[in-house]
Amino acid sequence: MLKYIIPLVIFIVMAVFLAVGLNLNPRDIPSPLIDKPAPAFSAPKLGAPSETLSQTDMKGKVWLFNVWASWCVSCRSEHPILNQLAQQKAAVIVGLNYKDEPDAAKNWLTQLGNPYDVSIMDQDGRIGIDWGVYGVPETFVIDKKGVIRYKHTGPVTSQDVQAIFLPLIAKLQAENS
Amino acid sequence: MKILMLVLLLTLSGFAGAGVEYREFANAGQQQAYDDLISELRCLVCQNQTIADSNADLAKDLRRQVYEMLQQGKTKQDVADFMTQRYGDFVLYNPPFKAKTGVLWVGPVVFLAIGLIAVLAFVRRNKTPATAEISAEKRKKIHGLLEKGDKS
Repeated sequence: MLKYIIPLVIFIVMAVFLAVGLNLNPRDIPSPLIDKPAPAFSAPKLGAPSETLSQTDMKGKVWLFNVWASWCVSCRSEHPILNQLAQQKAAVIVGLNYKDEPDAAKNWLTQLGNPYDVSIMDQDGRIGIDWGVYGVPETFVIDKKGVIRYKHTGPVTSQDVQAIFLPLIAKLQAENS
Repeated sequence: MKILMLVLLLTLSGFAGAGVEYREFANAGQQQAYDDLISELRCLVCQNQTIADSNADLAKDLRRQVYEMLQQGKTKQDVADFMTQRYGDFVLYNPPFKAKTGVLWVGPVVFLAIGLIAVLAFVRRNKTPATAEISAEKRKKIHGLLEKGDKS
């Protein structure tokens, strides 16, 4: 009897491991920045390069930090979702225009709509490195104290918005700053 | 001739590879540290390459970051810490041993041990006694055959 059970157990264990492995997304790398203060930045605004925005300007607000670029293909699929989210005015949306041409970026926003309260420019990708950005789009949720509470890698879908973003934003809005 | 040309072109294409920006270093130690670091840091876009091997934009930016930090007099450890603070242990090809990475380090040894135990158990079970019992009658028959010899 044992002779038949042992191979069966080995098979089941392997099948479970492989099934889990297959369903993991290798691009989903856990960010060490979760529950850490948002990395400092001070960058010129897209469309108004003489003005700058820094993370301290966002104190007391729940905000999303969305990394995007006009050259990024999956940003295009994410864009309508962000536009919808912006209409709900659940949280401030700040864009990080990552390694992009300002003109191309401005064109993109006029053509597809602008979900961002403000976008800042990171032409040489240094802010991206500080935030641990490795693929565009990425979206961070930052609370009123300026702490990163969530990071989403890849395009945000409407399911993500309903299941993750809106409940989390509501919870963070209820917290004291 | 065409084949020769193809071989030549293919050989040359290897040199067009990544990680070869021209960098100037104050001393050989710094050069060594740079070379070590870029071949120990993972490119997160193209996950199975180091930032030395990769042509990705992010890899270029990270090489620039490593170079600048070394120029500022930072040590290798400083640079490695900088990267792990932002990208996690995954960015290191040689991650430190700690609770999170324990399975990674201990796993192979455990599997090897399981394999060895299984082989040992298998060998023991199948061990047959070296001297088999032969009946007197069979023994006689064998001797008879041996004495007759091989006539073929």
